[in-house]
Amino acid sequence: MRLVLAEDNALLRAGLIQLLETSGFEVAHAVDNAPALDEVLGDPTIDGAVLDVRMPPTFTDEGLRAAIAVRARRPGFPVLVLSQYVEQLYARELLASGEGSVGYLLKDRVSDVRQFVDGVRQVLAGGTVLDPEVVATVMARQRTEPLDRLTAREREVLALMAEGRSNASIGATLHVTDKAVAKHINSIFAKLDLPVDLEVNRRVQAVLAYLRL
Amino acid sequence: MSDPSTAPQERDQPGRLLLTGYAAEQVLWMVPLILGLVLFVVGGLLVIVWVGIIFVVAAVPLIRVIANRQRHIAGRVLGADLPPPYRPSPDGGPLIQLRTVLTDPMTWRDLAWILWAITFGWVISLLVIILLLALVTFFFWWFGAYPLLWMRSQVDRVLLTYGNTETLERRVEALTRSRAAAVDHSAAELRRLERDLHDGTQARLVAVSMSLGMAEELFASDPDAARRTVSEARAATTAAIADLRSVVRGIHPPVLADRGLDGAIRALALDMAVPVEVIGELRGRPPAPIESAVYFAVAECLANSAKHADHEHAWVELHHDRDLLRVVVGDDGQGGADVDGGTGMRGVMRRLAAFDGTMAVSSPDGGPTIVTLEVPCVLSLPKTTPSSAPV
Repeated sequence: MRLVLAEDNALLRAGLIQLLETSGFEVAHAVDNAPALDEVLGDPTIDGAVLDVRMPPTFTDEGLRAAIAVRARRPGFPVLVLSQYVEQLYARELLASGEGSVGYLLKDRVSDVRQFVDGVRQVLAGGTVLDPEVVATVMARQRTEPLDRLTAREREVLALMAEGRSNASIGATLHVTDKAVAKHINSIFAKLDLPVDLEVNRRVQAVLAYLRL
Repeated sequence: MSDPSTAPQERDQPGRLLLTGYAAEQVLWMVPLILGLVLFVVGGLLVIVWVGIIFVVAAVPLIRVIANRQRHIAGRVLGADLPPPYRPSPDGGPLIQLRTVLTDPMTWRDLAWILWAITFGWVISLLVIILLLALVTFFFWWFGAYPLLWMRSQVDRVLLTYGNTETLERRVEALTRSRAAAVDHSAAELRRLERDLHDGTQARLVAVSMSLGMAEELFASDPDAARRTVSEARAATTAAIADLRSVVRGIHPPVLADRGLDGAIRALALDMAVPVEVIGELRGRPPAPIESAVYFAVAECLANSAKHADHEHAWVELHHDRDLLRVVVGDDGQGGADVDGGTGMRGVMRRLAAFDGTMAVSSPDGGPTIVTLEVPCVLSLPKTTPSSAPV
């Protein structure tokens, strides 16, 4: 898997390169500013990108804009966006195209190496990985149709799905069997009227509904 | 008539019948004015036995309502805008309110004006009516109504509004007050930041450093315990980062730098538990300090509305027109919001006052609650402003 890495902090960039390469990914390009990022994202041989939101020259949200732009050119191109802070608004913008293969995490999640690498894999496999902090603000919202049809337990399962967890991981967190998790997930799909389709795609659709896009 | 541009001018000059109507109104106001004056004077004499305070407290609003109506009439006759010039009432008990009222020079000018309005002023207004009603004097009414009322309105204006020098004095006074409030506010903010950093982030980093020191000692003797200590240290760094993030949000939310006021308010709306609709867009960006003051004002309003109002729907309207930024925050809750109740709202007012901004709260029992924030400012061209680079 050939990745693009964009991060303007040299220490963090070196750390991420090391982390990704020891986990079996190839960092094809590592850049530290938005114009260079735009250039390397044109490379057709790359399989995904890990991007920092805030970069030179303006230090605002160029990483996010680059992610949305590249996904407009290459629909479903896997992108994991890292940021010092998370905003539901940005999560919605990233997911607005309706495809999966999107990750949006706080930078400090990198410190949990295993979970971070797992997140990168999920994104490359077409999944959706949202930071628990984004998920928590969504959880705090008043429920509206059709999400108010879900039971409390189903909402918990959906929240963990939004974080990009596998069924096994969801089961371990909620102390239930994999089978019970699968049952909850099927019930969620049914209640949200998601068409029978590829499993991955339905998971993504469920997460999108969760964010009320 | 066909030219629409003449319409406002015609509206500015009231017709003779309307003028006479105004005169009739002025004649009738004499009774409540005398009542107000008597209440005030008697109250003033009885202040020693406390009960007088009640009289004064009742008299002042009555006088002000009538005086404001007179300002409106004089404004119409003279074709000028005469806004109410009273000092804003401060927070605090009735005694402080009373002190503000009594030290407001306009209170005393109102009294002087009453003496004019129930004597010579009253006679002038009455004369206008008599000239019309006596019929034989119709000729005098036709040509005299306007000059007579103009004369009366000139005197009204002199008594009821401040002149140029006085306006400037008042402006300097207001600026001195708002500057002092702004300095107080920023000093309080700095103290809050210092506390947040000292009690939160710094304390956590000390804990991390201690854990790592302990781990260093333990590696030789008990590697397992050392590993546990290191992972505790890692958890503590994560908490320290989260602390820092919330401190940064409190100083200047990153999304405000990224997206400007309307983007940041949209992001804020998404984080609220109840659906918040954001209406309108700004075509440019207000100056950064105003942007930040208005953002925190809206955040405070939404937080208040989430805390108190049992509403189902809230909204934020953004509007900029003729160098005035207007933001309206509303909810369809039970109303009854009290500005004096929260220190947060007072802080918002003080912060906005530093930019000549105002905040008005309308919250009748039964709702809706509507907070209107207005700040004069010009918008710069849409662009992303560079913020501080990460270290």
